[in-house]
Amino acid sequence: MKVAYWPGCVSRGFTPELHGSMAAVAPKLDLELIELDRASCCGAGVIAEHNQELVDTLNARTFAMAQQTGVQMMNICSTCQGAQSECQQRLDADPDYRAMINSHLEPEGLHYERAGREWTNKNLLWLLVEDIGLDALRERVVRPLEGLRVAPFYGCYIVRPTGRLGYDEFPQRDFYLDWVIEALGGTAVDYAGSHKCCGFPVITMARATSLRQAGRHLADAIDAGADCLATPCPLCHLNLDLQQPDAEKYVERELGIPVLHLPQLLGLALGLEPRELGMDKHVVKTREVQRKVRELAAA
Amino acid sequence: MTAFDLKVRRYDPESGESAYWQDVSIELEPERSVLDAILKFKADTDNSLGIRCSCQAAICGSCGVRINGQSRLACNTQLGEASEELRSSDGTIVVEPMGNMPVLKDLIVDMDAVHWKKVQRVVPWLLPEGDPPEREYIVPGEAMIDVTQSMACIHCGACVSACLSMEVDPEFIGPAALAKAYRFVGDPRDSQTEERLRDLAEDPHGIYDCTHCFACIEVCPKDVAPMSQIMRLRRRATGDYGIKDSNNGYGHGKAFVDIVGKYGTLHESQLVPRSYADGSLIKSQVRPDSLKQLAEGLPTVLNGLRSGKVSPVKAIWHKKLPDQDQVRRIYHEVESRGERIELNLYIVGDEAENAQMGPDAGADEPAMGDAADVDTGARSTEEEGAGVQ
Repeated sequence: MKVAYWPGCVSRGFTPELHGSMAAVAPKLDLELIELDRASCCGAGVIAEHNQELVDTLNARTFAMAQQTGVQMMNICSTCQGAQSECQQRLDADPDYRAMINSHLEPEGLHYERAGREWTNKNLLWLLVEDIGLDALRERVVRPLEGLRVAPFYGCYIVRPTGRLGYDEFPQRDFYLDWVIEALGGTAVDYAGSHKCCGFPVITMARATSLRQAGRHLADAIDAGADCLATPCPLCHLNLDLQQPDAEKYVERELGIPVLHLPQLLGLALGLEPRELGMDKHVVKTREVQRKVRELAAA
Repeated sequence: MTAFDLKVRRYDPESGESAYWQDVSIELEPERSVLDAILKFKADTDNSLGIRCSCQAAICGSCGVRINGQSRLACNTQLGEASEELRSSDGTIVVEPMGNMPVLKDLIVDMDAVHWKKVQRVVPWLLPEGDPPEREYIVPGEAMIDVTQSMACIHCGACVSACLSMEVDPEFIGPAALAKAYRFVGDPRDSQTEERLRDLAEDPHGIYDCTHCFACIEVCPKDVAPMSQIMRLRRRATGDYGIKDSNNGYGHGKAFVDIVGKYGTLHESQLVPRSYADGSLIKSQVRPDSLKQLAEGLPTVLNGLRSGKVSPVKAIWHKKLPDQDQVRRIYHEVESRGERIELNLYIVGDEAENAQMGPDAGADEPAMGDAADVDTGARSTEEEGAGVQ
């Protein structure tokens, strides 16, 4: 399957292991990635806060470039998904508004066509379940993650608001990460934080609020017996992994639980080595997860 | 009639006992509400169960509870639907008191201690200037479009209950009160717009304490979208009044928008220091209190470098998009106009939804029919820098 692939900024910035692991895992899923390397930042909710017309135009430009490829668009970031879906909702709602936004794209000959069901922008997680299918995924697993207890962390932007995120058509999207973990042979851990907020958006504005959120969810996952977390959102990863040593201070306990990106978890089960997946590039070391996976291979 | 199983959270502080779950079985039609079931149980079996309710028609906002973990009105939730929800375990409907507020008894929470106190905090009344006019204040209709949504609030507390920032910071002013604040900030009759915005921007538990999780938008039974109102407050505070707050809200927004305008994609290692310096390291000084905040973030940067995530070169140098001139042109076109255009979906509705209503609902009408009039009305423009006239 071919997709117009939007990697987002953070996967090529502070979480390069995400971009790398997606590239490594794509052939294992028969995914051909046409990278949208000329597209701009989705705005992550911040540009929308500043000027809606600006962010709607930037994302309309990205959608127009994706539509030119003739295939559906895929992202690997919950925040990109949510921020882009928000713009798409406005663009699709009003023909006059859409025409006004499109007029900004005219000089380059770009045009966003109102999306029906034939063109979609989906996070990898949704694509895995809805387009590739869990049965097909199961068939590709060469190293079932048996015994690995994985706490899913979805990221707000792909679970709320449901009205904007296609839940009318796909009401079970907030279970997909649990299903994928199970399809890969792992155990999905049930804990309080799976659909809550990592706190990242306010890390520079309300550090205590931000890191208390991250710290609490990590602690809940540890208390529920998780070996690691897995997330389809690199911004969540920043708060849960990069900031984890600091989050310890705000919840006044030791944490130290590794956080995997969704493509890394997929890669492990599909036979890739931790190093190929950039698992040595985490702040919280992934050694224990790697050891468990090695034991699986030996068994 | 269908049999429904409910699990209801009970707690009576006067009893000295701890909280417990009570199993309740009720026979009712599936279209009847969870509130109907609770009231029937009270009438037939146990009158001591505490719940607050009045209109039973989703107007008064009294019966806010959590059903299957989701904050909502008990009168506005059908038994049949609630029992079939994916999150209800084996069809049992789980009913709990709302979150983020102390429980007074069973399903009744202390709205005074949290919700109403926070609403009072934002000065929820109009502060006009000068002598009142002889008759009513005259306001252009377009000027009230943006506040219509915040006026729909029925103060049920569902958003307060669901707020994920308040869960870790009880002092956060919160979604309901901040939506109410926008109702007055956006009102052209009010004379204290800038003062209100400055107050909410400078409060460490104000508009920049909202973590943008959409929980309040998801649960609001009246589509008030409190988080969107908080974003409007931020937009007014920074865009219209240039309020440089000590929480770095202004700096973070400005740095983010400027960096994307320059590079096309985000350069995180510039974003962080610039956020602490009102958006720019060149044009302004890092404030002393920000220096402390910046220092707090330093170990994180070191961790990033140590883990190999960020190379020193990448921290300094960032590649522009190949077509960055396009992005810059778009920035210029939109920002040089001097007014912001916003599409208010609360007023416009959704084209897809309108189309689904069938040909009679306007989809096949001439393009310049009623729908077009509504569109024009809902696209509000605001002059940059315009305060209260």
